Amino acid sequence: MTTLTESKLDPITADYRKVVLAGDYFSYVVKKGQIIRIVDVEGNQAADTLFYDAHEPANRFSASDTIRHQSALYLTTGTRLISTEGDALLTIVADTCGRHDTLGGACSRESNTMRYALEKEHMHACRDSFIRGAQEISCSCHEFHLEKHDWGKRDITSNINFFMNVPVTPDGRLTFEDGVSGPGRYVELRAERDVICLISNCPQLNNPCNAYNPTPIEVIIWNNEE
Amino acid sequence: MSSTPLFTKQLHHAGMWSGVISRGKALRFTDLEGGANVGMLLYNADQPTERYNMPDTLKGQHIFHVRTPYCLHSDMGRVFASIVADSAGWHDTVCGCSDATLVATKYGNKDYQAARNEFHRNGRDCFLIELAKHGLGKRDLVPNLNLFSKVVADDTGKLTYVSGHSKAGGTIDLRFEMNTLVVLNTCQHPLDFDPVYHPRNVKLEVFATPPPAADDPCRNSRPENVRAFINTENYYALLA
Repeated sequence: MTTLTESKLDPITADYRKVVLAGDYFSYVVKKGQIIRIVDVEGNQAADTLFYDAHEPANRFSASDTIRHQSALYLTTGTRLISTEGDALLTIVADTCGRHDTLGGACSRESNTMRYALEKEHMHACRDSFIRGAQEISCSCHEFHLEKHDWGKRDITSNINFFMNVPVTPDGRLTFEDGVSGPGRYVELRAERDVICLISNCPQLNNPCNAYNPTPIEVIIWNNEE
Repeated sequence: MSSTPLFTKQLHHAGMWSGVISRGKALRFTDLEGGANVGMLLYNADQPTERYNMPDTLKGQHIFHVRTPYCLHSDMGRVFASIVADSAGWHDTVCGCSDATLVATKYGNKDYQAARNEFHRNGRDCFLIELAKHGLGKRDLVPNLNLFSKVVADDTGKLTYVSGHSKAGGTIDLRFEMNTLVVLNTCQHPLDFDPVYHPRNVKLEVFATPPPAADDPCRNSRPENVRAFINTENYYALLA
């Protein structure tokens, strides 16, 4: 059973809103104390997401550290997203979906050849969006002097898949199932320090993670919780 | 596999090791005491931005753990290594490694000044020390394998460490399909609830091994693995 937690925040009062189309990337600094909401606008859309300490990008979201800290696989309200240095980067404070994935990672053109067919290599994939989004971070976040960090493939690590359902069975099988999400469902996080948010709105057409129909997500940011 | 190892090394206590093993060789791990854990990361020795990828290994084979005849995948659609033999039957892929905070919280502080070489080590420090010798560092830390350790998930995703999973004398044989930088340590599993600090000794042996045949069980264990082997062969065809 999952518990759903609604937010009291109204998007009308938000300080920043951005619709991210399927197949696009999004990179932005979320400052300590700000609230970031990611909305699954039309339902069953995977939002592949990475977070980095904005002042020290080598300190970044770690799927395995987050899993071991909570001794559990899935993310929901109350989960702290733990970094490679053991720091809490963000905390999930509201969640109307109930379960988010830490194991499925991102699709890539190379892994599509392995998973589906060698001739699928041309299809757009999350890692390409992540790479381009990471390369643009230095340009879009001047105040953090991120140009000193040479962004590239090494920064693309195991990500969160918000709204994606990847159940694990007690005998150790792993499956991709149709999403537990639906139109308008969202997850909301409070930044515990200044963090860079890097999202690839997943373009995958070969499995049910996007219900075979990738759709937009919306990112909404409030300056303060109160 | 050749009967005489080309290389033998015993990892003592919380030991660590890194080295390049070329394709056509196999690495055997032996759990000398029972209850061992080997944290392991893999990189393309010739291009280390290509690295072991937990999600691709799991979703490519529809599994949450690894065992023979499964394979360890890179993030470039290729296979670093095949698990050609395995007495434990389940190796954790998701729990990562211990860090200094976890070790101090679970086992107490035991520094070098007081304890000399019985001091408490942790998995993260061991990875970073060995990665640095190959020009790698914090940006190259990704979710690692935990060989010999079993962790199961219930329907809600809650994880439980299974103690006593690996027996004394247990072995795992990895056949390398790529020239691979292997980085490993024998620190205890991060979810091991045993309150006693007791990293187990592990033996490493490297053997020459023939290339996989067309009917190789690992290559053919999944259609995804067949394609990953083709990708790997294409990569080396261009380098040859």
